[in-house]
Formats: sequence, structure tokens, C-alpha cells
Amino acid sequence: MTPLADRLSAVVGARHVRAAAAARATYATDGLPTHRRVPRLVVLPGTREELIAVVRVLADAGVPFVPRGAGTGLSGGALADGDAVLVVLTRLDRILRIDPRHRLAVVEPGVVNARLSAATAPYGLHYAPDPSSQTACTIGGNVAENAGGPHCLKYGVTTNHVLALEVVLADGRVTTLGSPGGEPWGPDLVGLFVGSEGNFGITTRITVRLVPAPRVVRTLLADFGSLRAAGSAVSAVIASGVVPAALEMMDRSCIRAVEDSVYAAGYPRDAAAVLLVELDGMAEPAVEAERSAVVNLLQAHGARTVRSAADARDRERLWQGRKKAFGAMGRLSRDLVVQDAVVPRSALPDVLEAIAGIAARAGLVVSNVFHAGDGNLHPNISFDATDPDLTARVEAASAEIMAACIAAGGTITGEHGVGVDKLRYMSLVFDADSLAAMRGVRLAFDPDERVNPGKVIPVHACREWAGWTDRRAAPASAPAVP
Amino acid sequence: MDRPAGRARQRTGGAVSAFDRFRALLGREAVLDAGGEPGRPPRVAPDSVDAVALVLGTAHEEGWRVRVEGAGTWMPGDPPADVVLTTRRLDRIAAVAPEDLTATVDAGVPLDALRERLAERGAWIALDAPGQAARTLGSVIATATAGPLRQGFGPVRDHLLGLSVVTGDGRVVTSGGRVMKNVAGYDLGKLHTGGFGAFGVVVSAHLRLRTLPRADATFVLEAGRDALMGVLDDVRAAALQPAAVELVSPALADRPAWVLAIRLAGAPELVAADETALRAATGGRITALAPGAAAPFWRGLAVGIAAPPVTVRVGGLPSGIDTVIDLLQHQLDDIRISASPECGAVRWAGDAAADRLRHVRRALAALEAPLTLERAPWPVRRMVGHFGAYREGVGPLVESLRRTFDPGGRLVTGVSGAAGDG
Repeated sequence: MTPLADRLSAVVGARHVRAAAAARATYATDGLPTHRRVPRLVVLPGTREELIAVVRVLADAGVPFVPRGAGTGLSGGALADGDAVLVVLTRLDRILRIDPRHRLAVVEPGVVNARLSAATAPYGLHYAPDPSSQTACTIGGNVAENAGGPHCLKYGVTTNHVLALEVVLADGRVTTLGSPGGEPWGPDLVGLFVGSEGNFGITTRITVRLVPAPRVVRTLLADFGSLRAAGSAVSAVIASGVVPAALEMMDRSCIRAVEDSVYAAGYPRDAAAVLLVELDGMAEPAVEAERSAVVNLLQAHGARTVRSAADARDRERLWQGRKKAFGAMGRLSRDLVVQDAVVPRSALPDVLEAIAGIAARAGLVVSNVFHAGDGNLHPNISFDATDPDLTARVEAASAEIMAACIAAGGTITGEHGVGVDKLRYMSLVFDADSLAAMRGVRLAFDPDERVNPGKVIPVHACREWAGWTDRRAAPASAPAVP
Repeated sequence: MDRPAGRARQRTGGAVSAFDRFRALLGREAVLDAGGEPGRPPRVAPDSVDAVALVLGTAHEEGWRVRVEGAGTWMPGDPPADVVLTTRRLDRIAAVAPEDLTATVDAGVPLDALRERLAERGAWIALDAPGQAARTLGSVIATATAGPLRQGFGPVRDHLLGLSVVTGDGRVVTSGGRVMKNVAGYDLGKLHTGGFGAFGVVVSAHLRLRTLPRADATFVLEAGRDALMGVLDDVRAAALQPAAVELVSPALADRPAWVLAIRLAGAPELVAADETALRAATGGRITALAPGAAAPFWRGLAVGIAAPPVTVRVGGLPSGIDTVIDLLQHQLDDIRISASPECGAVRWAGDAAADRLRHVRRALAALEAPLTLERAPWPVRRMVGHFGAYREGVGPLVESLRRTFDPGGRLVTGVSGAAGDG
């Protein structure tokens, strides 16, 4: 073992430091198959104290490191290579406190998302953000990525549910941001930290808001003869002022993949698109009125049929197809790039058509399954990563899709993060000063840029920035632009 | 008005005065007054983002301290400065998209004017910030001053999709966008929302809108505070989805007793169902305000809580609300209080000396309830700071972020990393 591995072993035990090539290779990818990086070492602390001690050893050695949860990320954000050590947080999986009276919970970063909701269900509460990977992904990863999910349309994304954080910074200092009531001590550093993709430090304890489970839920499935009609129906529902708990869309390719799989949900196979609409609330008449208004809107915008889930089991089946759609698409090809972009909701019909055109021109199979109510697209491209020509076409089509979404007034990621995958698009949405300011913020938390290096901010695209002075080892007058 | 800037020239050590410099750079109409009187700096009113950047960039180079204001109705304009930058001519509503429920609005637009313009398109911004009607959007964002509607629609930050700011050295920085979900880059908007201008000047925002509620009703109940807290328990059990639940002190409500005000807003079916449940939960004791009386009632609270010289907010846990109110009542003189008990939020207004406010902040810190000084005369702000009682490690982060966004320390603000011990 290397001296660093020895020092880390002294903290967590040799069993929880992985140095062998085969063991490290396990961690070479996340949920996105197009990036592969093998970490120098993998360390799995088992307690908060071990985590802090690990970070201090790494700080002392001046070694860069990458925090990682369950590795379900879709932007290559939790990959480490070169000198970097991967700090895996899955053993920090304790739910420390559930406080039903104040509707909050305190958890360690490695707690699996769905487990938290299951643990709070007996109190009539749940943790609202529900990424499709919620049975595997961790709350720490959700915080780092500001993760979303189908029900974020009504209930908000991760940042709307995090009250306070205890974090360990790159230099090993531990600090608490926010307060249990949600009011910050000073500027909103919790809001700033959420979604920083591991660049500002590692969360050691997370205080989240819990939401009462709705008393009334209505789930609708509407099917359409064209993507455009389905997109228009989404716009109409949003503009009506009804805020569904969820408003999801799946296109024909996705419907067929689901229906051919063990997750078959009874979606009509001949539909060009289906919408899954969920309405919920506390008062039956109010939810019923919304349901009836939405049914009318869907029909007025070309829905061929609209059916309501008959009972909880039927509802679960309809959702199962949606939540497992990514898995079902595994049937279509060896690999899948799950893309992520956001557009204004009224632009959905045009953008969906543009994406179909891009796919057709590139000769690729694109399946759409996404959070239509938020305008958050997930065009998924099926391919075989062992074919370099095909992979190049996938990358080119992804870039074209991003450009189309930006041109429609949108952005390059709604919930998957920038990671390494979208570094190249950052300068399409932010100018050099804005990127430089972001880098400046990162330097305030991590002056040596040692946590999750090389992610989120394309350093070469940042303008020189006076505000960096005395944060960096190199003076600001030195060329920061290579 | 047009006093020559002889004094300003002296103040800047013989170089061209700030007054002359900005008149030359931005035109005569952009410099509102000469500031010739002692202690009165020139007031500059740029009408574009680029012009704001020019003002701040110039001030950065020249070493001029800049005080930033919107309409000038919220924060007293008394801190020493070499230049006053007002955002009041950044007054365009660049876009309203009712179909997307978004709008793009300059920081100098008064919130009430924005509300009117949105209503014409059937859209609504669910922000009812305290203060005068003329208060600008930028002021509300910079101070993160949410009003009673935070119960139903969240704090100020929840209404923002993207922000543009100009930093203390004159750079334009954008974050977020105009779409509903966005994780491209760090969420810098969170730092500027409630940053009290320490990290730059907010110049425009992409806003998240809602449709104008088709039904909107306000119910009030007057009683002693203890009795109203009991009523609140019953209301909570009824699982309503109220837009606002506000507990108002007699002095602020101008009534003999405390007032519990509940606002229901949204679809008529929802409001009707919740009204039935509310009446049942309160044993029929709560009464509806006449349609024409509701808006003046809420407006009166918003103006009244900003009438005394000092306003603070405290954010704690809902169960601690009684303790927080007791503490404020006992430690501070005036008793203008408006609380959103279900959010754990309390706003107090009155007059108080700096040492007294610091004492209260420390006492509240022990309850894990941060006290934010929302507005006060400069001597109080300088001594107390908008923020304080930082947790360990937060002060250095704040200081470092200050230097990032205002490397020359030109922006006059009551925020510093050293405000730590409150």
C-alpha cells in the first residue's frame, strides 16, 4: 500500500480503502456510460468523525478528492482520476432524527432517498424530491446535484427542502450552514451550497424539510396521436394555473420499451405520446375540480383517451412504467445516454419536433421520457458505446439538442448537473465574467480547488477576475487563462 | 439641484469629481443631484445594466464608496458614501410570458406597479413584501423580505429563476435562467437574495409567476395571543392550504387585541373547501373581511411594519414562536409584531439601540433562531450588522465571498464576515 492508503486505512480500517485496480475500476463510471475514470484510491468512511478525519488527511497531503454517493449521477460528476481519491459516502447511512412535529429530519449523506420517505411515512410525512433513481440514490448526492424528480413540479426541487447543512470543507474545517427553521445565519449559504456538485465540500449532516402526505390523489393517463399535441396540452395545463403534483410525458419509443418490459403499465402502444398527470391535495372537492379541469384541457388539446387510475394499485402501475422507463430502455440497445435540458413550457412542442429532426438526421434512436410540467426534457439516445463512429454521432447529436434548447430560451441541465459531461456547454449559457464569478465562489470555499477538481466550471473560459486575488496561490495578475 | 461639485472635487483629492465624471459618462439626466451640500454625495441613476457596470467600475477604480438604493423607501439613506447609485431608472418589465408563468423584470420596478402589469395578463407574483408601495423589486430581493404570503408560496428566493447583478468592480454576472429548473452552474442567485447588497447590485430578475387567484378571501379573528395560538392548533389540524396565516400584534393591527388573519387564495373550489374547514376549525368564530377591505388590511400591515426606524426578522421553528415573541416583547420596547407562526417567522418593528439588538440576537441564537436586521439607521446597522451570531467558520466564508464580489470593498453595506459575535 502507498503511504496515503496507509494513512487512510488508519482512519477507516484497511477493509474500507480500495487500492487494487479491479476494486477501483468498479467506481470508474456513474450512470452515464460515456465517461470513464479510474480513481487513484477509494475510501469509504463509516462515521461522520471518520469522514472528517479522512478529509483532514487528504488536506494534509494536499491530495484532491471526489465525494460520491451511490454513483447514480448522470453527468460524470462523481468520477475521479489522476491523483484524486474517491470518498464514497454510502456507509454514512444513518437517519439521525425524525421530528414529526417540526416536519424535519436530520440524515447522514449516504441515506438512500426512498428510505427516508419510507421511514417518515408512519408520521404521515414524506421527503418530496423523488428522482427516478430514488431507490438507490442518496440524499447527499441529491444535495450536491440539487436533484429533482416528477413531483418537484408542485413541491419544489432539493434546494426547496434543505434547511441546514453541516459540511466539511476541503481544508478539513467543519461548519454549519442554515438553521432548523430555514432562516440562514447570514447570507443563504445553504442555497449556495445545494447544487454545487461537490465543489464546495462534503455534507456530513443534512436537515431536510418533510411534507405531509396528500389526503387526496388523482392520477390520469392521457394518450395523444402526436408529440406536438401532447406538448400543447402540457402548455395549456400550465397556463391554466392548475399546478399538478406531477406532469410527465413519454413518447412512442419509450412507451414501447416499457410495454415490452416487465414494467408494462398498460400504456397504449399505438400512441405517439402519453401524459401522466397527478393531482393531489388535502380537500376532495378542490382536487376533483382540478381533475375535471385538466381532463377538459387534455381533451380540448387532442387527447384520444383520458383514463383515471382506479385505485392505489392501478396508480402504482402507471407510475412504475414511468419510474422504470430508463431501465426498460436497456432493451433497446447496449448503452443509453440520458440527456437533460430545460425549455420554457410553451416551447415544448417546437423543441420536441426539433429533437426528433436531429435524431432522424443522425440516424439515432431517441426516446423521450421527461418532466413535461417543468419543461425539463430527457431525450435518451440508445447506442453501442463500443462503436466509436456511433458514439461520435451520439455526442454530436447531444450537442445539437443542447443548442436547440438554449435557442428556445432554455438551459443545459435541469437536474443532472454539469459534472464533466456538460463542461463544454457552460460557455453557451454563461459569459466569461459569470463563469469567473462562479469560480470565485468556489475559491471562497476551496482555495486550492481540491474538491471534485475539473467539474462544473470550464476554467479556461473564465475571464481574469480581481476577486480571485489572495484566494489562489498564484496572484491574480498571473495568467489564469491557459 | 445643479450646485457645482466643488466639494465633491475636494473630496476626491483634486481629480474630476464624481458628479462631473458621471455626468460626462452617463449624461446630465443620469445624475439626479449635485450633492454639493456637506455629506450629500451625488445621486446617479443609470438606465441600463451597462451603465450600472460603468458606474461601479468607475467607482472601483477611483476608490469611491457607493451606496445603493432603489426607490429609497426602505433603508435609510444615511451611510457615508461618495456616490449614491439608485436603480429607479432600471424600470423596464422586459417580458411577461403568462403561458410560461415567467417574467423578466428590471430591479428598479416598483413591486406594486409590477403586480398591476401582471394582473393585466392574468398573472401574479406571490410576494407581499413589507414596506411602501413604491418599494422596488431589487430592494425586496436584496433584503429577502418576504411577507405573509411566504406561508403559501415560500420565501423570496422561491420566486426567482435567474438573476443579473453587477459586482462591486463593475462586472455583470448572471446566474440561473428563465426556466423552471436549472442546475447549470452554481446557484449564485441564492447569495444575492438576502445578501443586502454585499455581493453586488441586483439589476434584473427572471421571476416565477402564478396565475391570478380566481378566489381570494381573508378571515380575521381577534383575541388574546394565547387563545389565538390555541385556535392555530385547531386550524393546523384541519390541513388547509392557506396563502397566509399571520398573527398580528395589537399595536400593528391598531386593534385592542391580537389578530389572527388567514388568507385563502386560488381556485374557487379550493378556497370554498378551505373556508368550510376553517369555519369548522374555529367554531364559526372567524369572520371574513369584506372583499374591498382585504387588500387595505394587508397593505396596512406591510406599511405599518416598516414605519418605525428599525425592522428585524427572526426565523425559528414553529413551536418556538411564542418564546420568540415573548423575548422580543420583553427585550424591545415597541410591540409591532407580524408573525407567520406556521413558518416560524417573526417580524418586529420599533426603535431599539444597537446594544439591545445585539443582546436579543445572542439570546435568539441560543434558540437556534437567527435574527436579521432588515432596516435601521446606519449607526445601528454598522454596529449590529444585518447578520451576526455566525456559526463557526461562516464569518470567513462571508468575508471571502465579499472580496470575490466586491474586491475593493466599495459597496457600502452592513454585512461583514466580522459581524460574528453580533
